[in-house]
Amino acid sequence: MSTNFNRKDLLGIRELSPAEITHILDTAESFRDVSRREIKKVPTLRGRTVINLFFEASTRTRTSFEIAAKRLSADAINISASSSSVTKGETLLDTARNLEAMAPDCIVIRHNCAGAPHQLARICRAGIVNAGDGSHEHPTQALLDALTIREHKGGIEGLKVAIIGDILHSRVARSNIHLLTALGASVSVAGPGTLVPKDFTELVEKGLRVERRIEDAIEGADVVMILRIQRERQTSAFFPSMREYAVHYGLHLEHLTLASQDAIVMHPGPMNRGIEISSEVADGSRSLILDQVSNGVAVRMAILYLLAGGGRAGGDVDDTTKRIGE
Amino acid sequence: MDGARINRALARLASEIVEENHGATDLYLVGIRRRGVPLAERMADKIADLEGNRPPVGILDITLYRDDLSTVGVNPVVNRTELPGDIEGRNIVLIDDVLYTGRTIRAALDQLIDFGRPRRVQLAVLIDRGKEHRELPIQADYIGKVVPTKKSEIIKVMLTDFDEEEGVAIVERPTAES
Repeated sequence: MSTNFNRKDLLGIRELSPAEITHILDTAESFRDVSRREIKKVPTLRGRTVINLFFEASTRTRTSFEIAAKRLSADAINISASSSSVTKGETLLDTARNLEAMAPDCIVIRHNCAGAPHQLARICRAGIVNAGDGSHEHPTQALLDALTIREHKGGIEGLKVAIIGDILHSRVARSNIHLLTALGASVSVAGPGTLVPKDFTELVEKGLRVERRIEDAIEGADVVMILRIQRERQTSAFFPSMREYAVHYGLHLEHLTLASQDAIVMHPGPMNRGIEISSEVADGSRSLILDQVSNGVAVRMAILYLLAGGGRAGGDVDDTTKRIGE
Repeated sequence: MDGARINRALARLASEIVEENHGATDLYLVGIRRRGVPLAERMADKIADLEGNRPPVGILDITLYRDDLSTVGVNPVVNRTELPGDIEGRNIVLIDDVLYTGRTIRAALDQLIDFGRPRRVQLAVLIDRGKEHRELPIQADYIGKVVPTKKSEIIKVMLTDFDEEEGVAIVERPTAES
């Protein structure tokens, strides 16, 4: 029971052990209940400050972190790059040092450069949460996806998961591949040849399958994850047209007949309806897209609790028997 | 205190609760994790034996309401709180194994009130370590046994739900900690 999650920051899934991932998911499960109560607030992080520092557009993730912080009674402050001193030329590290001087307990950062959260983690006392760094990682998304899968499939181990679309630019795909393979799922990816990275050899050695046709990836899958076409990250033409992409790589109802009978469909949002996913699938009975969003709040509450909750004194506390005052 | 004496103490507490509340109709027992939960279940069984109807049993995990989160070091594991049905207007009996500083009960009361407005809340404990340890003005309405202890000691309540044997023991606190 006394699994330690003793990290200062959550920067990526890759460095987490399976035990740490499971501990986060278990904690998140307890927090899911809080959002179902009439009073959706607990006093746990009263007096703590969480800064959401977003250098990229976001509705879901930013709102989700803000709600998570508020349901834990922390004070949440949102900063978006467009309205901050970044527009006046301040560097990331200077922004971070200035925020740090106001003694926040946690900084949640989204940045278009891979490694930006890691850089902050080195100079800040506050816990840093990576809310998406470039095409690198998006750990809380993978965790909420895993929580959703666990909720519907009972576990992760032994599942077949297909991840379809723009793998190259997708931090969601990277975090998910690390998490799912760490917990024993077998993962296959498919997408246009130009959008599947060549440097996946390390992951292929761990059992990742790379398919050309999406039908081959979906065959027998228990979970089908669709990725968004990230137009904002595509610097050159990776495929001829959106229409052609929709024809060859868009997920349609008929694809699901290839998957296992009770396969579930997920999408991290925001969706390009009619391009990577058809409306019949997105709004269909197998779609868990809105469950993912609900679970996002629970996962982020768990992360904020684990990073900003206790002291970070270390040592082993048998917490289930330790009583207040003892 | 051995298993048989725990059982007898629970039986007495159950009849005291029923007597004080004129039956079991509005009763709602709430066990505080961890060891308060099996105690609440056993208490409910005993009340059912006495009155014919078994009061509902809820579970409180007070972790998120602790006042010492910043000092306990590693984050305590958060478990689920389960309060079936509505506690609004009910006659709640909080149940825990040991009453010591009173801080756990404060956390439990705060959490309970976030779920609704019970008509009355009472407190039943198996062991009361003595008033002199209390750090808040909280006393129990039903007490299995008062065991005067020193601060350097720990009361260990063992229940077969979690432990190999059943009983209550006083042990020395292993090392000096706050």
